[in-house]
Amino acid sequence: MQIIETGNVAAALGVKLARAQVIAAYPITPQTPLTEKLSEFIESGEMQAEYVPVESEHSALAVCIAASSAGARSFTATSANGLLYMHEQIHWAAGARLPLVMCVVNRGVGAPWTIWNDHQDSISQRDTGWIQIYANDHQQIIDSVIKAFALAEEVMIPVMVCYDGYILSHTHMPFDVPEERLVDEFLPPYLPPYSLDPADPANLNTVTMPDVRPDVRGDTAPGYMEIRYLLHKDMLEAIPAFERVEERFRSVFGRGSNPYIEPYRCEDADYIAVALGSLSYHLRDVVDTLRNEGVRAGVMSVHLYRPFPDELIARALSGCSGVVVFEKALSYGYQGALCSDIKSALYRHTGEPGGRPFVVNYILGLGGREITTPDLLDAMRSSCSPDGGSGDETRWIGLRFS
Amino acid sequence: MKQRDYRKKISLSETGPGDAGKTGSWRILRPVIDPQVCIPGRRNAPACYICWLYCPDGVISRTVPPGIDYQYCKGCGICAEECPTKAITMVEESSLLKE
Amino acid sequence: MHVKTTILDLPEEELVNPGNRACAGCALGIAYRVGLKALGKNTLIVVPPSCLTVLQGLYPIAATKLPSLNVTFASTAAAATGLLAALKATGRKGINVVGWAGDGGTSDIGLQALSGACERGDDFLFICYDNEGYMNTGVQRSGTTPQWALTANTPIKGKLQPKKDVAAILAAHNIEYVATTSAAYPLDLYDKIKKALTFQGVKYLHIHIPCPPGWGFEPRYAVKVGKLAVESGLFELCEIEKSQFRHTGASLKIIEKRRLVPVRDYLKAQSRFKTMSEAETEKIQESITRRWEGYFKSFDDINGEE
Repeated sequence: MQIIETGNVAAALGVKLARAQVIAAYPITPQTPLTEKLSEFIESGEMQAEYVPVESEHSALAVCIAASSAGARSFTATSANGLLYMHEQIHWAAGARLPLVMCVVNRGVGAPWTIWNDHQDSISQRDTGWIQIYANDHQQIIDSVIKAFALAEEVMIPVMVCYDGYILSHTHMPFDVPEERLVDEFLPPYLPPYSLDPADPANLNTVTMPDVRPDVRGDTAPGYMEIRYLLHKDMLEAIPAFERVEERFRSVFGRGSNPYIEPYRCEDADYIAVALGSLSYHLRDVVDTLRNEGVRAGVMSVHLYRPFPDELIARALSGCSGVVVFEKALSYGYQGALCSDIKSALYRHTGEPGGRPFVVNYILGLGGREITTPDLLDAMRSSCSPDGGSGDETRWIGLRFS
Repeated sequence: MKQRDYRKKISLSETGPGDAGKTGSWRILRPVIDPQVCIPGRRNAPACYICWLYCPDGVISRTVPPGIDYQYCKGCGICAEECPTKAITMVEESSLLKE
Repeated sequence: MHVKTTILDLPEEELVNPGNRACAGCALGIAYRVGLKALGKNTLIVVPPSCLTVLQGLYPIAATKLPSLNVTFASTAAAATGLLAALKATGRKGINVVGWAGDGGTSDIGLQALSGACERGDDFLFICYDNEGYMNTGVQRSGTTPQWALTANTPIKGKLQPKKDVAAILAAHNIEYVATTSAAYPLDLYDKIKKALTFQGVKYLHIHIPCPPGWGFEPRYAVKVGKLAVESGLFELCEIEKSQFRHTGASLKIIEKRRLVPVRDYLKAQSRFKTMSEAETEKIQESITRRWEGYFKSFDDINGEE
C-alpha cells in the first residue's frame, strides 16, 4: 500500500511489521516521532510488544540486550548524544552476539549542542562490531528495518539502520508499506539459538581469560581473542548473507536492488562522487548538470558501511579517474572515515598506484550547515579534472569565517 | 544459526565446581570437627548446623556428623569461630603434612 | 507475614559450586549461597561487575547453577527490566528476576537505572550486597563506605563523608518492600528474600557484607564483625513494608533488651578504622545512642510503657 508519511513513521511501520517484541527507548530529537509512533501502536493494541519507557539511552540498550538474551526480538532507536551515551552497551551487544536492530536518526553531536543533521553520531560507532546500513529515502528506511532483523538473526550480529535526521525523518514522502502477510513470510518469528532459561542455565558474558581454557567437559573453550575474532569473521560473512537476505526480499516483495551500493550514472563515469544517505540523492542533480556540461560524472551511495564491502566498492570505482567523497563526519586530525575506507579498498583491490583513481574528500553539512546545490557543483567542478586530486585532500565546503 | 555453533561464539559458561581449581590448596589452617563435641555428632541426629549455615563456600555437609570437603575448603575458619560447642579446631596444615 | 525459617528448614541443595574465586571468609559467599536457596532455581539473575562477577566464575565455568546475565556496571536494573519484558513478550510466567549488585553498582553508578525501574514499577527483586567499597578493584571508597574508613583512595585521613543511606533512597520511591539484612544473619536474609518475592514492583534488599581483606580483619571473624555492626546499632536490620517501618531480628532485640554493644568493639575489630580519633569514635557512639533512644521511646509509645 502506497502512503505519504515521514521517514520516522516509515521506520515505525517497519518495526511493527517486523513484530518486534520488546522496544525500549529514550526521547531525543529527531528520533522522537519514531518512538512516539511505536508507543501509539502498542497502546492502541495495534501492535503486540512490550514498550519500556526507560530513563536513559544507556538503559534503553540495557533493556534490549537483556530482552534479546532472554529470546525476544528487540528494537531501540536514538540519535546523536543518545547514541554516544549507549556507547558501552553498543560494544556489549555486539560482543554478546545479540540480533538487535536500532534506528539511528542521524544528528550532529555536542559540544556545542546541535540538534541538526550530520553523520558524526553513527560514524563514531563504526568500530563497535555492529552492522551499519544507511538508507537514502523513506522506502529504503522501511525496507531496511525489515531486512535488518532478518540479517541480524541470520548472523547474530546487531544492526544499525541509519537515516538522516529531518531530511528523511521529518519529511513526508510516498512509499510502499509491505503487506503484513508477506512480511511474516519473509521474517518468521525469532527463534534464538540460545536464550536464558532456568531449564538450561548458563552464565552469559562472563569474564573471559586471555588464553583458552578447558570447559566443564574438558574440551578447549575459546579465549577472549577467539570470541572477538569470530565476531570479525562473521561480520565479513554478513556481506554475502546480506545478498541472500536481499534476494529473499526481492522474491517476496518484487523489489530490491544492490544491497551494498547504489550507483547512479557510474557505468562510464570518469569521476564518481561517493556519499552516505540522502546526500547521495542530492548529488544526482549535480551529476545531471555536470553530464549536461559534458563531464562524465556519476554518484554512488554506500548502503552497507559495516561490514565494508571493500572489494565490490573498489571494483565499482576502479575504472574512473577520480573519486570525490562527500562526508558529514570526520575523524578529527585526519579525514573522513569513509574516505579512508575507500582509499584502503582501492589500495588493496586495484593495480599499481598510477592505475588507481585519485581520491579527494569534502567535509560538509556538519551540525546541519546547509548543503546547497551550487556548493556541490563547485566542489565537483574543481575535482572533476585530471589534476582534481592535487592540493588538499580534505576540503571543507561552506566554511564562513569573517 | 545452530545452537551448537552459537554457543561457541559467545562467552557462555556452564555450571561446574572448581572454577578456581581445588581451592583447598589455599588453606593454611584445616578445620577439624570433633564428633564427640559437635551437637549432631553427640546426639546422633540432625541439629545445630551453624557451621553448614555459615560456610561461605558450601563445603560443609548437613550430615550426622557434618563433613568437610577438604578439596575445596579455603580454611577461612568461620565454622570454628561460630561453632557453639567449640567442636571445630583449626589445625596447621603443615603439622598434618609431617604426620 | 512473619515466617521464621530455621536452619533445618533451609533447602539443603546448594546452588553455588565450591572452588570459586571468592576470598576465604568472604561473607558474600554466605549471603549468595543462602540467597539462592531462597530464590530457587526458577530464577534469572543479573550481575554487574563486582566481587560477585568473580565469585560467579570465569568463562567457561560458572560457579552458579542459575541462569545468569553479566551486564555493564550501570545497567543492572534496566537489564532486569529487559528480562521481564522478554519473559512477558514470550509468554513465560513464574520466573523470578533478580538484580544482584554491589554497593557501587547500586548506590553509585547503578542508582539511575534502579530509580527508573522503581518509578516504572518493574516487577523484580534488587539486592545490594554492601561490602562498603569497591573491593573487587582493590578497596576504593564508594557512596556506602562509612565515615573514617581507610580505603585505597582515602588512604591517610579515611573517608570524610558519612555513608549514603540507600534503603532510604529506595523507600522514597514508595516501592512496596525495602529491607536491610546482614550476611551474619542468614536466616533473616532468607526470610526477607522469600517475603520480598510476594510483593509487586521493585523490591529492594540491602545486605551488609563484612569483607576480610577490605575491612582489615581475619577471615574467621567475618560473622562476628557482621554481628557487631548490628549489635552496636550501627547497621540496622529493618523492613519498610508498604511504607511501614519496623526493626527486625537482632535489631528488634536491641530495642526489647535495651542493650547496645559499644560501637568501639566493632570499630576496633577492623584495621580500616585505625586512624579514627577517640573524639570521632565518641561522636559516632553519641549519634548511635541518640538514634536508638528515639527508637526505644517510639517503641514504648506504641507498645505502652512497662
